[in-house]
Amino acid sequence: MHEMSITQGVVEICEQHAAGQRVKSVLLEIGELAGVLVEAIEFCFAACSSGTLLEGAQLQIEVVPARGRCQGCQAEFAVAALYEPCPACGGYQVELMAGDELRVKELEVE
Amino acid sequence: MCITCGCNPEDTHHHHGHHQHREEVANPRRIKVEEDILARNNLLAGANRALFEAHGVFALNLVSSPGSGKTTLLERTLRELRDRFSIAVIEGDQQTDHDAQRIAATGVPVRQINTGAGCHLDAHMVGHALEHFDLHRLEFLFVENVGNLVCPAAFDLGEAYKVVVLSVTEGEDKPLKYPQMFHAAEVMLLNKVDLLPHLEFDVGRCIELARHVNPQLTILEVSSKTGAGMTAWYDWLAAEAGKRKR
Repeated sequence: MHEMSITQGVVEICEQHAAGQRVKSVLLEIGELAGVLVEAIEFCFAACSSGTLLEGAQLQIEVVPARGRCQGCQAEFAVAALYEPCPACGGYQVELMAGDELRVKELEVE
Repeated sequence: MCITCGCNPEDTHHHHGHHQHREEVANPRRIKVEEDILARNNLLAGANRALFEAHGVFALNLVSSPGSGKTTLLERTLRELRDRFSIAVIEGDQQTDHDAQRIAATGVPVRQINTGAGCHLDAHMVGHALEHFDLHRLEFLFVENVGNLVCPAAFDLGEAYKVVVLSVTEGEDKPLKYPQMFHAAEVMLLNKVDLLPHLEFDVGRCIELARHVNPQLTILEVSSKTGAGMTAWYDWLAAEAGKRKR
């Protein structure tokens, strides 16, 4: 459940940017393979935001599809799971180009 | 107020950080943030790493599932290396100081961190534990993370390397089941190899799967009970620490 500390991080970042204003909504960008459960983030958000400027704010999560590039044959493809072989050549040297994001994109204040 | 990270030690929610990057976009009520959620941990980890480098300390983050034998492995390592090197240990557990007591019995300085509900150590906790050691005199720091193959992978502590301990009483496909941890590690210690005659653990298959996830992984087969393979581990430690001597 490291989603709890991840969500605490979200609340801290938003409170700084909101600079005292109440937050209406928060937009997060979370990669498919970032190693966090979106449902767990949503669950933790209610607990972590309570008593802060984010209490009652709407949480929006944009899930980023995972894309990889094979270092061997340069093929680009959708990655279903981390460290799976390249579908073109079978090599394991696959660089993740997108899909590991854990980012606060923007927020809306009242 | 803490000078390094700006936290208030009385405060359990750490509100440190910075206030730049605040930029208003088209809708004045919308604030563009674009901030990495782990950035703060990474910043503090960077400060820890700079401290280690400045003092020539070789810091390792020991990770594994619970029961892999991390503490026993560490006890034997400390007993056999304490006369050659100056070593300290940080122990992370949700509760109790049992492991810290075991380490203290080896005569090596140790700090226990209890994470409470937390399932991993973070750079902030480690930064404060470092205040209790004389880094000038230190050559090695072992950080024994909370037994968990998932969460500690995401939290850099400022270590030079992660060392993942996998015991042969676990499944040989653990590297595939928990790929992030095995990918993040520099070394895998395959522990409890003295038990292999009693098990159906396929060492070759385990190593093959670990290499799929991390082709560069250094893999050492050890038994912290019999001492088998431990010399190779000590040689690796000594060689890596040698590179960091000022």
